[in-house]
Amino acid sequence: MELNVLWFILIAVLYIGYFVLEGFDFGVGILLPFLGKTDLKRRVMINTIGPHWDGNEVWLLTAGGATFAAFPQWYATLFSGFYLPLFLMLMALIVRGVAFEFRGKDDNPRWRALWDGCIFFGSLVPALLWGVAFTNFIKGVPIDANMMYTGGFWNLLNPFALLGGVVSVLAFTLHGAIFLTLKTDEEISTPARAIANRLWLPLMLALLAYTVVLYLTTDVINRLGWNPGVVPIFTVIAFLVTGWFLRQKRDGWSFVVMAASIALAVITIFRILFPTVLVSSTDPAFSLTIYNSSSSDYTLSVMSTIALIFVPIVLAYQGWTYWVFRKRVKSNPQDLHY
Amino acid sequence: MSVVTLSQIQFAVTTIYHFFFVPLTLGLAVLVAIMETMYVRTNNEMYKRMTQFWGKLFLINFAMGVVTGIVQEFQFGMNWSEYSRFVGDIFGAPLAIEALLAFFLESTFLGFWVFSWERVSRRLHLAAIWLVAIGSSLSALWILIANSFMQQPVGFAIENGRAVMTSFLALIQNANVWVQFPHVIFSGFTTAAFFVMGISAYHLLRGKPEVFKRSFQIAAVFGSFSILMVILIGHSQAQHMVQTQPMKMAAAEALWETSDPASLSIFTITDQKTGKNTIDIRIPKVLSLLSYNRLSGEVRGMTDLQAEFEQKYGAGNYIPSVFINYWSFRIMVGVGFLMAAIAAYALYNVLRNKPDGKFKFLNLFPFFIILPYLSNSTGWILTEMGRQPWVVYGLLKTEDAFSPNLTPGMVLTSLIGFTLVYGLLLVADVYLLARYAKAGVESAPQIAKRTTDEEAYWE
Repeated sequence: MELNVLWFILIAVLYIGYFVLEGFDFGVGILLPFLGKTDLKRRVMINTIGPHWDGNEVWLLTAGGATFAAFPQWYATLFSGFYLPLFLMLMALIVRGVAFEFRGKDDNPRWRALWDGCIFFGSLVPALLWGVAFTNFIKGVPIDANMMYTGGFWNLLNPFALLGGVVSVLAFTLHGAIFLTLKTDEEISTPARAIANRLWLPLMLALLAYTVVLYLTTDVINRLGWNPGVVPIFTVIAFLVTGWFLRQKRDGWSFVVMAASIALAVITIFRILFPTVLVSSTDPAFSLTIYNSSSSDYTLSVMSTIALIFVPIVLAYQGWTYWVFRKRVKSNPQDLHY
Repeated sequence: MSVVTLSQIQFAVTTIYHFFFVPLTLGLAVLVAIMETMYVRTNNEMYKRMTQFWGKLFLINFAMGVVTGIVQEFQFGMNWSEYSRFVGDIFGAPLAIEALLAFFLESTFLGFWVFSWERVSRRLHLAAIWLVAIGSSLSALWILIANSFMQQPVGFAIENGRAVMTSFLALIQNANVWVQFPHVIFSGFTTAAFFVMGISAYHLLRGKPEVFKRSFQIAAVFGSFSILMVILIGHSQAQHMVQTQPMKMAAAEALWETSDPASLSIFTITDQKTGKNTIDIRIPKVLSLLSYNRLSGEVRGMTDLQAEFEQKYGAGNYIPSVFINYWSFRIMVGVGFLMAAIAAYALYNVLRNKPDGKFKFLNLFPFFIILPYLSNSTGWILTEMGRQPWVVYGLLKTEDAFSPNLTPGMVLTSLIGFTLVYGLLLVADVYLLARYAKAGVESAPQIAKRTTDEEAYWE
């Protein structure tokens, strides 16, 4: 396989890992004011993601680093072009991460309310902006012949992109609600399941609207053809099956299939993009692809060796910690770290 | 102000701020791991309380290091897109490796460590904190491999106006890495030692010996060794700098004319415009002595280097700010030696082993916590400002490295945003650190054996 293709796949894998994992911890953060009506409930919710959120976030950092290493032009154009949205996302991630650690360290209710707010907005804003960002990747943004972004801030917050943001917020919130059904006692898991059931239909409708707009306003039909292939079809099926398992109260299966839905959705997006990484709406010839934005073959081969050794190791030990903390988090204040 | 100036200020603010937290993480991870090792080996509950007390402070600090580190991963692309395009083939690799090898390790096992007290076997729990310590040190190694390329580019070729990696091994073997990395690591260890000594002193003075007496002892030994290493390696690093970045040393010494033997400045005030020193008190021959370990040897001056650079790279100003370099060098070194004296004094008193752990001037130790922070920050200011006008030494100038699509308004927005949020977070962070540091070990609720029906998986 060509190394450029391998790295495109690896970066897709990193984003899959990121959205599947951080997806549910964003969801838990977004649900905090809705399901955490008492301080103890909020603490239980935060503790369900306590051992994991930081490790989950490293998937994003690694995706960023890998993009820099393998496709420096993509890294440069994307992050300088999406400057202000990225700045907002960074701010959100900063206050969110600190909030997890700080909120429980003082029992003043105002102190806790402040950090609860940070967790909520710190989860909501990135959840929204990721949908916005990926929609813009597919839709295209103004990029000139020198790979420079020439649009402004509001170009990025167009209606279609915002619809993408609604989809990602709904998807991550649903994912988080299902995660909570698995990780908490009845007093949280029952309302969490009810919310999950209520979120599923709006998510389906938003996805349907998104798909319609996608086909009507972009050249996705040329890229995928009339038969989109198995991945997009399986994505739709997975989302439908998630709803079915939810109604059957099969929480474990709901979670597995929801995680699969997110993974398949990310694969679909990358499948649509391939071999482009950033579409130029100015002129398709100016688009960034895995070929014109990549590092040298030498760098790619060095990085491939390292990635193929260490990615499995990381997956193994991170998976193992999920296994260790597989039990439900009980509402026993003594046992809660956060 | 221009985009490039604003971006420089933003990079300085976010990076110096990030590096408030990193050195303490580097050192405290090791100290906490040592404490827990003592617990596991002796089975003495005091070491467990000690581990948990310092562990809590470690976590508060670690969180800040993590979140400010996210910005570091992205801001090269955000504000320095031309830099990213130019060096991406080389610079991106160590950054990605840092995330893959180090960030995953430290964050996954820290989460595990925090939540697995009394859930897994003691040895497994201990292994987790050592993996965190190894992870943070690995992170320092890879980011310094990246930074060393900016200081001393090696293992590359220029193709189509971009730097392309020709040898990954050369990148790792870069001589600059192997003076810079140990210097930074031991600075981190020193920072943690002063932190632990300072807070322990506070409690010793209030008559709570036991845990804090022992903590102080551990930190005094650890700190004395570390600061000694910092100074010895710093000396090699300065000699390396004379060879590889003579302009940085000349600016740090306010040395305008090439001289052999060269003199060391005691107090100099420079007029950068005219290229002359208005006040200049120097000790003859000492700069040569420091540079070559003998009383003679040429150290090149700024006037001479400027002429050479103009010939080599074309017209331009190649002299960095003498004021900033001169004073940051002096603060770093001066405070470094002060810390060495303090650590030696602490060690001497630890060896005398008074029963209550008290001795003269112990009340000053809480204030000494600030000292390593001064040296850490000025050290980086010298490293980065002394390299100006280059962003990659001899290859790319800072003025050619910024993102051309940005407007000053955009950068100003983010600069104000980062500064405000970082400022507020610092207040909250210091508040919590002070609160938990003062609270001592008793008030922290002991993590009891789990009362719920969970089994301990690995016992």
